[in-house]
Amino acid sequence: MIYDTAIIGGGVSGAATAWWLSRYQVKTVLLEKAADVGFGVSKANSGIIHGGFHHPVSSLKAKLEIRGNLMFEQLRHELGFPFERHGILVAAFSEEEMVTVRKLYAQGIANGVKDLEMCGRERMLELESKLNSDVVGGFFCPGGGTVEPYCYCFSLVEAAVGNGVDLQCGFEVINGSYNGTYWELHSASGNIVKARYVVNAAGLHADTVSKACGAEKFTIIPRKGEEYLLDRTSAGRPSRVIFPVPSRHSKGVLVIPTAGGTTMIGPTADAVDDKDDTATTADNQKRILSLVRNMINGISERDCITAFAGLRPVLEGSEDFYIAPSQIVPCFIQVAGIQSPGLTASPAIGEYVKDLLKNAGLKLVEKDRINYFLPARRTARTQTPEQLEELHREDPAWTNIVCRCEKISEAEVIAAIRRGHTTVDGVKFYTRAGMGRCQGGFCGVKIMEIISRESGIPMEKLTKRGGDSRLITGKLGSLGVK
Amino acid sequence: MIEKNFDVVIIGAGAAGLAAAAVTARAGRTTAIIDRERYPGGILRQCIHNGFGVHLFNAELTGPEYAERMSRQCTAAGAKMYMNCTVTELKRREDGILEILILSGKYGVMRFTAKAILLAMGCRERNRGNLAIPGSRPAGIYTAGAAQKLLNMTGMLPGKSAVIVGSGDIGLIMARRLKWCGIEVKAVIEIMPHPSGLTRNVVQCLNDFKIPLYLEHSVVNICGRDRVSGVDAAPLNHGMPVMEKAFHIDCDTVLFSVGLIPENELSVNAGIILDPATGGAAVDSSCGTNIPGIFAAGNVLHVHDLADFVSEEASRAGEMILKYLDGQLAAATIPVRAAKNLKYVVPCKCCPGEKCVFSFRPLIVTDGGIITAKTADGREIFRKTVPFVRPAEMLRITMDVPANAAGIFFELHPKEVLS
Repeated sequence: MIYDTAIIGGGVSGAATAWWLSRYQVKTVLLEKAADVGFGVSKANSGIIHGGFHHPVSSLKAKLEIRGNLMFEQLRHELGFPFERHGILVAAFSEEEMVTVRKLYAQGIANGVKDLEMCGRERMLELESKLNSDVVGGFFCPGGGTVEPYCYCFSLVEAAVGNGVDLQCGFEVINGSYNGTYWELHSASGNIVKARYVVNAAGLHADTVSKACGAEKFTIIPRKGEEYLLDRTSAGRPSRVIFPVPSRHSKGVLVIPTAGGTTMIGPTADAVDDKDDTATTADNQKRILSLVRNMINGISERDCITAFAGLRPVLEGSEDFYIAPSQIVPCFIQVAGIQSPGLTASPAIGEYVKDLLKNAGLKLVEKDRINYFLPARRTARTQTPEQLEELHREDPAWTNIVCRCEKISEAEVIAAIRRGHTTVDGVKFYTRAGMGRCQGGFCGVKIMEIISRESGIPMEKLTKRGGDSRLITGKLGSLGVK
Repeated sequence: MIEKNFDVVIIGAGAAGLAAAAVTARAGRTTAIIDRERYPGGILRQCIHNGFGVHLFNAELTGPEYAERMSRQCTAAGAKMYMNCTVTELKRREDGILEILILSGKYGVMRFTAKAILLAMGCRERNRGNLAIPGSRPAGIYTAGAAQKLLNMTGMLPGKSAVIVGSGDIGLIMARRLKWCGIEVKAVIEIMPHPSGLTRNVVQCLNDFKIPLYLEHSVVNICGRDRVSGVDAAPLNHGMPVMEKAFHIDCDTVLFSVGLIPENELSVNAGIILDPATGGAAVDSSCGTNIPGIFAAGNVLHVHDLADFVSEEASRAGEMILKYLDGQLAAATIPVRAAKNLKYVVPCKCCPGEKCVFSFRPLIVTDGGIITAKTADGREIFRKTVPFVRPAEMLRITMDVPANAAGIFFELHPKEVLS
């Protein structure tokens, strides 16, 4: 079959585009090279829904950021992923920093950001009691917040698939050619997908995909951000997202109350050469801790439960997004350089790409019936004992707690597996099982057993996140020793 | 919702919970034990090596055998076991009754009330994230206990060649276990200048198998994209890695055995005050916490090195719970503190005139030390020579508490200093 559109890349940009297109009478396929969607740039995102004051409105990214921000309320309502509009506080600790704060505030006002409030010291401490008392002032952006980026990505894809989009994971595009009518995309494993239009939302690898399809030559530079996750019991957890006064290249190291109830500190911003380099370093850990303690003293390395790093796909020579039809090949839309605030902008990116496709000739007629809503996802953690009792009557797995730290039931794990998340990381990001303070020390083996039982994949074949990330190397006795 | 009332509810069916339940049930008190796992025994069930029961049963037992004996005692005494049950909430109600909420696949939601509760939840392993060990995050990184469970409970091998970070007892036991399965153990890497595990485990699990132990070394990087490909290790100089002397070790598996943390989130939510030195509840000599009727024993109180000592402490807690139920528990009024060379002392309060067991963690290594106890006014009331002092090995003494003391301070002295 020939699809109308093939979207390369199952991160938030590709997922949001798929979700937008799923409302129309076009046949769309979403191609993801990893074992699951969101497993590239998106899953290691800080999860901030930015306020729209960091970038001048003349940039495409600021326009899409502001529009994207406003779309999240409805998206949560329809798709049910964790999202909290905690508000953002930009905190200054010197009069010198206040100069930048005033500039940022003015930029926010110029960008049309609603309800921005300049704050003196007292007001800052009233809005966030965890801030160190030597804060001088800052401003408050009530429209900012946090999402769980992987959950958001899963929800978009689920909604898109629910409305008829096809999803192919493990499809790494290595070659693409246009024959005058449609594109033929070849995968590393020898599969072919045909589509009239192609959207290149391949994140870190958008440059490689563009070249492989004979389109523009550009370079994506990975800019690494290290993050440290603190236990939900951390005394330093603020009630709002705390930003420092930004520098020229980065929004700085933040204290983030995640929508999942933990606290995250980070990210750093360092250009690296290797698109697989997500290693964390001892130096950056020290640096992050000391930077965030300048803002909130209550943060302790003792609360650290894990560290990770993500890579922002930065377009060489530009700080803006590159979203435009290819000037070299037909019916090919570039969605590249989607670094910060890409997550915030993503719903608007999807809409923008949809319009670019329409301008390029894709006929978009709304479907007669669209499923706007995903069925509400229930979690044992948020249920009252009475509700749990009722759920137990429906399915006893609801009261069988598998992950003690995050209080995740077997029913939630099974639901994730039935939706196709059959890697340990897939289940973890979908359910939070294994994401808490023991980091899978207690539940890891149990979860592997449930995945194996439900999916039929033998234990020895289970992976952490696809590819060669095998968790088990054989059965007892297989190394010649009983 | 199932609602039940017991004299005593015990949370956790490991070496502590089972020992205490046998005591309270034998005395005729209605006793319930609640545990998350399918079978009683806790972590003992995955410890298929021997060395359990030497002190308590005068026999060399494996973990499962020890658990079996303990749980038989419980059932024989009439304790009710609720397995596959997770306690999600613990509180003391305004009317003074203790209440817990339990979730289980079998029973749904249950609410138990009790006159006394024993916390016996044990501990969890400190993991890579807690230490923020740098590097990538490939498959093949396990805590030693998780690898032990994988290997001994499911018969699956975690890898082919391993490096073990930390020389805690579980790591040492696992080094030998891996070797027996045909997995190469390249190195055990310990940041301290001395092993963190028991001497007998260093001898029997490393030396006997010629597994190299790098003391005063740390892992400075974990390598590998999908699966672990190796680690970089470096010697330490005053606690800081000497990067010029870093070296690479190829392996596909990294196990962490870097300490245990008493699992007290449930306790903290109930309002129980912890002792920062132990990570467990701050208890008096009855194992009682700051909340009347809630007691704690075993690894949830402080990390022990032998299961026998866990059970012994919990049996004592069981006796104290019986006294509490009879209204016979004396008030602990004398504060106890650990001073020189001791990381902590349990309990932190005792009763005048009682015979009391004190447990300590030493901070020093010495072949011959002296434990002393002084009162607040500097009067020495106790002195005992301990032949072998290692931070990995808990020290315990029994002492007659004087009838009149405003406070007791314990100190540990290397022998040569005092004599």
